[in-house]
Formats: sequence, C-alpha cells, structure tokens
Amino acid sequence: MISLAGRDILHGWSKYVLTGLGLGLLIGVTLTMAGVYRGMVDDAHALLSNSRADLWVVQKDTQGPYAESSSLKDDVVRSVRGMPGVAAAANVAYLTMQVQKDGQDNRVMVVGMEPGMPGAPGYLVAGRHITRNHYEAVADVKTGFQIGDVVRIRRHDYTVVGLTRRMVSSGGDPMLFVPMKDAQETQFLKDNDAIVNDRARTAANPAFNRPGSPGLLEAVQGLQTSSRSVNAVLVQTAPGFTPEQVAEPIRRWKHLSVHTRDQMEDILIVKLIANSAKQIGMFLVILAIVSAAIVAFIIYTMTMGKLREIAVLKLIGTRDRTIAGMILQQALGLGLIGFAVGKVAATVWGPAFPKYVLLLPGDAVTGLVVTLVICALASTLAIRVALRVDPGAAIG
Amino acid sequence: MKTNPQTSRRLLLGGLALALVGALAFVALRTGPLAPVKVQVTQVAKGRVTPEIFGIGQVEARRSWLVGPTVAGRVLGVQVDVGQAVQPGQLLAEMDPVDLDQRLAALDASLARAQSAQQAAGAQVNDAQARRALAAANLKRNEDLARQAFISAGALEARAQEVASATAGVAAAQANLGGSAMDIARLRAERAALAQQRDNLKLVAPAAAVVTAREAEAGTTVVAGQAVLRLMDPATLWVKLRVDQGRSAGLAPGLAARITLRSRSGETLAGTVARVEALADAVTEERLAMVAFDALPAGTAVGASVGEMAEVTLQLPATAEHLLLPNAAVVQHEGTTGVWRLKDGAPAFAPVTLGVQGLDGKVQILSGLDEGDTVVLYSQSALKPGARIAVVAQLVPAGGTK
Repeated sequence: MISLAGRDILHGWSKYVLTGLGLGLLIGVTLTMAGVYRGMVDDAHALLSNSRADLWVVQKDTQGPYAESSSLKDDVVRSVRGMPGVAAAANVAYLTMQVQKDGQDNRVMVVGMEPGMPGAPGYLVAGRHITRNHYEAVADVKTGFQIGDVVRIRRHDYTVVGLTRRMVSSGGDPMLFVPMKDAQETQFLKDNDAIVNDRARTAANPAFNRPGSPGLLEAVQGLQTSSRSVNAVLVQTAPGFTPEQVAEPIRRWKHLSVHTRDQMEDILIVKLIANSAKQIGMFLVILAIVSAAIVAFIIYTMTMGKLREIAVLKLIGTRDRTIAGMILQQALGLGLIGFAVGKVAATVWGPAFPKYVLLLPGDAVTGLVVTLVICALASTLAIRVALRVDPGAAIG
Repeated sequence: MKTNPQTSRRLLLGGLALALVGALAFVALRTGPLAPVKVQVTQVAKGRVTPEIFGIGQVEARRSWLVGPTVAGRVLGVQVDVGQAVQPGQLLAEMDPVDLDQRLAALDASLARAQSAQQAAGAQVNDAQARRALAAANLKRNEDLARQAFISAGALEARAQEVASATAGVAAAQANLGGSAMDIARLRAERAALAQQRDNLKLVAPAAAVVTAREAEAGTTVVAGQAVLRLMDPATLWVKLRVDQGRSAGLAPGLAARITLRSRSGETLAGTVARVEALADAVTEERLAMVAFDALPAGTAVGASVGEMAEVTLQLPATAEHLLLPNAAVVQHEGTTGVWRLKDGAPAFAPVTLGVQGLDGKVQILSGLDEGDTVVLYSQSALKPGARIAVVAQLVPAGGTK
C-alpha cells in the first residue's frame, strides 16, 4: 500500500517544506515567549537560590529587601547570630545603579556581601573570589566586564577579580559583588558637592555651631557622613530546625520582619513580577491563538489547492477515510516540522535576548502536544471540505 | 545507474527530516536544563602561600598640636599663616590682654608708693632712734641728779618711762619698716604673676612644626582650650591603618608594608608597621595599626596630605609548603565548606578545612584532599552530587565576553 500523504508531499515538496519552515518560525516565537516568561520567573528564583539563605531578616513590617526598601543597623547581625537555630548570618546590601563601561551606562545591581557568607556568589566561571576587604569586585558575565577591568562606582575604582553567571536581580539586572563596607559607603555616600553643601548648612545652624562649644560642629558633621546601615540579614538555619522555628523568635524578640524562602518566593513571583508576568502571559495566549488560526488557514488553503485531485481520487473510488487520513497526516507532518524548526530556532536566538530566556523541556512537550492538537483540529475543517467535493468536479 | 527523480526527492526529504531530528535532539540534550553543566577543573598541588594583609588607612601626623589660650578671650592678632614653618618659641598669635597692661601700671604705681612708704618708715626709725637717744641722755643726767638727791624719785621714774617708750617707738618703727618691705615683696610678686599672665596670652610654638590650620582671626572670641592654630610635625607622618578583624591574623609591629597613596595611585611607598594599637574598633570590627613611611614621600613641603587615603598591603612571611587551591574552587554546600572533587567523571562533594589565604586567592587546604586530586574550579551553575558535567578548557574565553 502506498502512502497517499507521502506521495502528495513528494509532489509539491518545496512548498510543503517552506510552509513548515514558516510555521516553525511562528512556533519558535511562541516558544520564545514562553521562555521569556519562564526566564522572568527563573530570575526571581535565581536571586533567592544564589543568596543561599533560608531566612531574610529585614526592617520591621517591610517586605524587603527586593520588593520594598529595608534598612537595618549593621550590628543587628550579631544579635541574630545569637538566636537559636541560626547557623550563619550575614549582612547584605543591595543597590541598583548605573555603572560606566566603555562610556556606556550599564545597569547593575551592586551587592555588598561578606565573602564566604550567605549572599556571596556561590560559584565562579573565571578569576577568584574577593580577598581584600575593599575595592575588589566580582561581576556577572552579563555586565560585560572582564577580569582586570576597573569599574568606577561613585568615587572609588574597583578591580574586577572574578566572574560569575546567572547572578541577577529580580528585574534581571546582572549583579556586581563588592565588599560590604564599600557597598555601605556607596549606598549612602553623597557626591562631594552635596557633602560640602550639607556641611555649610549644618555650620549655618546656630544649634550646631555655638561659639561656646568648639568641636560640636565637627562631631555633628562626622555623624552625618557615616553610615552603619544594611538592607537585610541573610540567615542559614542549622540542621534540625525548620525555617519557621528559627524565624519566630527573631520576629518576636528582635522586632524585625523575617521572611522564609517560601514567603520570599511569594513576594517576588506573586507580587513583584506579577504584572509583567501577566503581560507576557497575555501576549503568549494571543500568540498561541494567532498561531493556531494560521495553521488552520494553511491546511485549509493547502486542501483547497488540490480539490481537483481529491475529486479525481473520489472518482476512482478512493474511500473517504483514506482521503481524510491523507489530509490529517499532512497536517500532523506540518506540525511536527514546525515544532522541530521552532524549537531549534528558539534555542538559537534565545541567548541573544538581553534578559534570560529559559526554554524548559516541559514547555516544549506541552508545545508539541498543543501544536499537534491544533493541527488535527484544523485539518477537520479541511477534511469536511474535501469530503463534500463532488467527484464530478474532476471531469467537469 | 538511472536514478528515479522520485527516489532522489525522497532521499532529499529524508535527509532534511534527519537533519531536523538531529538538530532537535542536539538542542534538547545540549542546551537548557538537560544539558551537562560545563565546568573547568584544576589539580590540587603543593605550594606556598604568602599571606598578606590588606587595609586602608589615613595619613596622620604622629605629633600635632592645637595651640589656643588657657582662658577665654579675644584674639588680638595671628602672626603666622597655614603652611608656614615655625620654630620652637616663635610667637604665633596673641590674645587681647584687655586690662592687664593697666593693671600692671597700677601695680607699678603701687610698688613705687610702697617704696616711698618704705623710705618713710626708715625715716620714722631714725626719728624714734633719735628720741630714744635723747631720752637715754636725759635719764642718765637725772640719775646723777637723783643720786645727789636733787630730784625726786618720781621725776627719775618719769625719765625711765620716757626711755622705755622711746625704745618701744624704735621697735614699732622698725616693724613698720619690715612691713613695708613685705608690702614691696608682695607687690613685686603680684606684678610678676600679672606679667606671667600677660605672657601667657602670647601663643608660641611648642616645637618646630608647620601650621596646618588657622582657625581664628583677630577679633574672634575663643573659649579656653579652643584652638587658634593647629600645628603638626611633617616629619612624623604615618598611616593609621584599619584592617578587618577577621583578616588581620599576623598583624604585628615590624611587618614590611607597601603603601599606595590615593594621590599617587601608581606609586608604591615602602613602610613598616610601627605600632599595633591595643584598642580595636569594636563598631567597625577593625583593628588599627600605625604604619610609618620608610622615607617620607617627597614632592611638596608636606609630602602627603593629612587625611589622605592610603591603601596598605602588609607582607607576612610565606607559609610552609602545603596543598593549595584557588579560592574559586571552594564552595558552600548544605552549610559545609568543601570542594567538588571529580570521582569517575562525576562531581562528589568533599568537605575540606581551610588554612590561610593569600591575597592572590590561593588558599591552604589543611585536610580533606590529596595531592593530584582533580576538583572543579569554575562551573556554569551550582553543582549537585553526581550532576552531569562536561569539562572544558576555559569557561569564559579570555579577552572575550559571552
């Protein structure tokens, strides 16, 4: 028995392959869109995983440090270390800023961390970890920096000594890790003009500049420029303790807000990126509908193009089942080609996106099933038309 | 052989389908979450670590002075300006004496008057002595007369009383004279005290130094102890070094230091740790040490500005030969410090104990590994035990970005 579908494809193979290719690019776009959404969620997960924390201790009644701003004094970490079930605790400071690279502004998230502690990069792809406690940095490769590059942050130059990967903020900005003290300084350091103006302003205040108390003005001004704040304390729990067991006493006795990993995920994924994720999801749905419509039209027009041949087939007594099978097989073949091309295309152009695109195998399988179902559904329309053809049309 | 066009078409289509399936398989297995994690490995080798201590500090002067009045007052004049070198004892500034000069003049007058009073007292002594001599002569004469019974005993007694009175008068006059001498001594002392106070209003240089700040001008009122001028000895500049407590092991006086001043970032100056402060900074969790320049930075009169930032690297003696690894290989896994050791091509977590670490990132491995072990140095993502890995020569192409 010969394959009617195969024969027909062989007959007009270039048209068939090109149609499949075009359809594939469309499916590729849809898969990429799903990848963009997954990448967005994965950015949030990466942020949490890479900090290697079980608990986030932040300012009371805030949902910091990522979703809201939070400010703690940097000695809070010592009292947290003394709480039961705390294996390790470290200060961490986050600030998003523009960093100059080859004259171009580069948006990065500067992270102040203590090497080897939670919050520090867990793995590197080149270079080494920070060994000095000032003016060294570890950068994500996405920042475009290379080992030995000098980065200027505010008034200090930092040397990039190590590179890491997939260390991003929830918004996908690559991270730049610097020692804690430098980050504290950077976060609260004003530019020199502002400092000079502030000094003049304080000096003009008679309360701080009394003739009878020399030294008071200097003391006040010294106080204004020092910074002892951090954004959060990252805590790793000791074995045998659940995060909630450790979090509760800190909430109760230290009067701080503590978020567990689950709560943090909730904050990041449900609250922080919810709108942008919905935006992408909406687009994905529309794209899927459009793709389905286009597949249906393609198969429909393909069938319409060979109505005459179908009429001949009917005339020579081909059974309806055979004709329907031919159309269905062709549609499914088109879907398979389209899916394969789309998957390859999405993988090829995925890394070129500025933000992370994560193509999950699960998504691909779903995509394949959906494509085939849509193709099958679309072919029913064409099959109905084909079956209604009057065999007389072949000779008429 | 004659080829059927149908067959060749079939072959072509079959080839295309195969290529597509191949590409799909490649894409599914080599990228995305199913792909092996690319890693770069290194061998554990023996070597020496030259641990170094790094810190930043500020240039300070070992000797500096705040020159100001000991009592509140108004500045009369400031004779020196910032940057000027001064010699010990040199007049730098003067406070307004207000009424001190007048009080000196008054004391001078009092002194003159006291001297006159002393002369008067001397004259009174002479006068009393003359009276006593007269009374003594009279008594002698009357005694003769009384012996011959020319006068009564009562008259003689009156003469004796006159002599006693005159003697007492001399003593009184002499006491007066002594008192006026004391008066003069007192006034002299008072004058000397006032003159001292007057001198105290002159602010003089305590040592050879350079003026670093002129904080009050003529006419300014300053309180006791407030600085009018600040001085420092530029030959005693050193760096107050702050080192993170956790990385300060081995900090000791006498260590060789390399100092880079912020104003001369390309230049390294030699120095020595002169002193490690007994008190550490509890708030910033830093230890303090003073690092002296071996030779003062040349250039201007003041080689480096006080308050200028400096980066200091202290060289510690090299450790004995030991197993070494780059610190990039050391990871935290489930709360334990260790490395990913390759065992039959798969990574297995090996807990290690770390020794000292050099600033170049080499860290001592005290236990947990053997020489020649292959461990993961860099990885594309966090590893899990038994994860599929692909060893590559270089994860990030040198000089290029990914």
